Parts: sequence; C-alpha cells; structure tokens
Amino acid sequence: MTGTAMDWASVSDAEVVRACRAGEDAAWRELVERFSRYVFAITRAHRLDETDAEDVFQETFARIYEHLGRLRDDEAIRPWIGQLTRRLCIDRLRASVRDPVPDTSQERGELDRSLAAVDEAVSVQEAMRTLSADCREILDRFFCRDQSYNTIGELLDLPPGTIASRISRCLGKLRVAYEGRSGASPASGEA
Amino acid sequence: MNENPMDEVRLSELLRELPPAPEAWVRAAQERPAIARAADQVLELAEADAQFRRELIADLEEALRAAGHEPDPRLVETLRRRLPEG
Repeated sequence: MTGTAMDWASVSDAEVVRACRAGEDAAWRELVERFSRYVFAITRAHRLDETDAEDVFQETFARIYEHLGRLRDDEAIRPWIGQLTRRLCIDRLRASVRDPVPDTSQERGELDRSLAAVDEAVSVQEAMRTLSADCREILDRFFCRDQSYNTIGELLDLPPGTIASRISRCLGKLRVAYEGRSGASPASGEA
Repeated sequence: MNENPMDEVRLSELLRELPPAPEAWVRAAQERPAIARAADQVLELAEADAQFRRELIADLEEALRAAGHEPDPRLVETLRRRLPEG
C-alpha cells in the first residue's frame, strides 16, 4: 500500500491496522478518520464536557498508536477501540466532581442504550463504505452533518429539488448494503 | 421512502448518531506519528545521556526547551507516559 491516491473506502479495518503497523502515515490518518466519529460518539454518550471529551479523544488515539503492536486480532480493532474509549471516559468521570459516573440503574440503562446505538451506527457506517462516493457524500452531509438541501445543492452543484430523491435512493441502497452485510434489520429498533 | 419506510427511518436515526468529530481534534490525532517520532528522538538522547535523562525526569518541559524542543503538550504527555518513574 503506498499512500498515493489510495481509495481507502475498499480497504478493510484489518488491512488499515497492518499498514499502520508497517509505519505508513497515510494509513494512520485513515485509521483516525475511520474511527474518529466512533470515539467522539462514545464521549458524547458519556456526556463529557468539551474539554474532557477532547482529552479522552486524544488520549484514546495516543494509546491506540502506542499499543497497536500488541493487538492480537487485527479484525478486533473496533471493539478494542470501543472498550478503550469507554474505559477512559469512565476514568475521566470518576476524576470529575461535576460529572459523576452514572450510578443508578436508570442512568446505566440510558448509557448502555446510547452505546449500543453508537455500535449499531458504526455498522451502518461500515455498510456505507460499500456505496458510491456520491451516495456516501450526500448521506453524510444530510444526516451526519445536518446540512440543508440548499447547502448541499450549492456544495455539490445540484438543483435543491433533486436532493430529496437522491437521498432517498441512496438510503435505499444503504439499507440493502446494511442488510446484506449483517443480515440484521434496522427496522427492529433494538439498539 | 419505499415499501418499508420504517427501515429507512431507523437507518437515518443511526446515521445521525455519528456526526463528525471536530476537525481540529482529528487533525491533532492524525499528527500522532510525528509526535511519537519526536518522543523517540528525545528518549534515545536520554538513553545515551544520563544527565539529560535526570533533567527530563526532574523537569520535563524545561529539559525539552533546553534541548531545543518545543514542549508541545502532546509531546510532553507522550514522554510522561513513556519515561520510567524516578
């Protein structure tokens, strides 16, 4: 893997990990890009304030970088990152007077549900990588970045009237890709 | 949106669960290899120079400045984790 004009969308997590271990800076940038939303979402689920969330975010990637060589199963990078981030969030909450660790069963239940939804969302993101770049971009802008039809139309040079149908078409493709990958139906609503 | 609209409602909810992290955070994390290389250089120097090693342990930021390194907080934090105590 050389870092030039690399289309990382088709590269598996395990291959990215192996390239990182081989010292490819481009692979590390991809690993951060690929998991940054996941780590960020876990800090949000724990309701850390912005300063603590940023500290946990940076510390998580620092530890990933330092300990990547010890990862026994490259396929297990995502659960490893999830576990590491959750542990750092809990450590941060324990050290904070303002934001105690959730300790009632209701609070723990809310946190568990939020984290389960984040994990499911990551599986959807993985399915998204199988879509065309155009579909990935429009879905990301509309749903993840909360951009309006007008903004998307201006940025992608599309008439706003066509945005809704394009989103709908891409969402349909995503549903097929997601169900094909996991055999799971997102309609269950189970997080 | 199609014959099973609930599927796509749930999918859109899940997409909204993962907004992008702030760009500056992502950029800083992506610079980690450069920070690690700088830390490696400092630690190699400390390995070869016992006096520098003692200075690092006594006052990390000042020792870095004296050695001509900008005490970037990420470098300091990395060295704190990697330097043995005492």
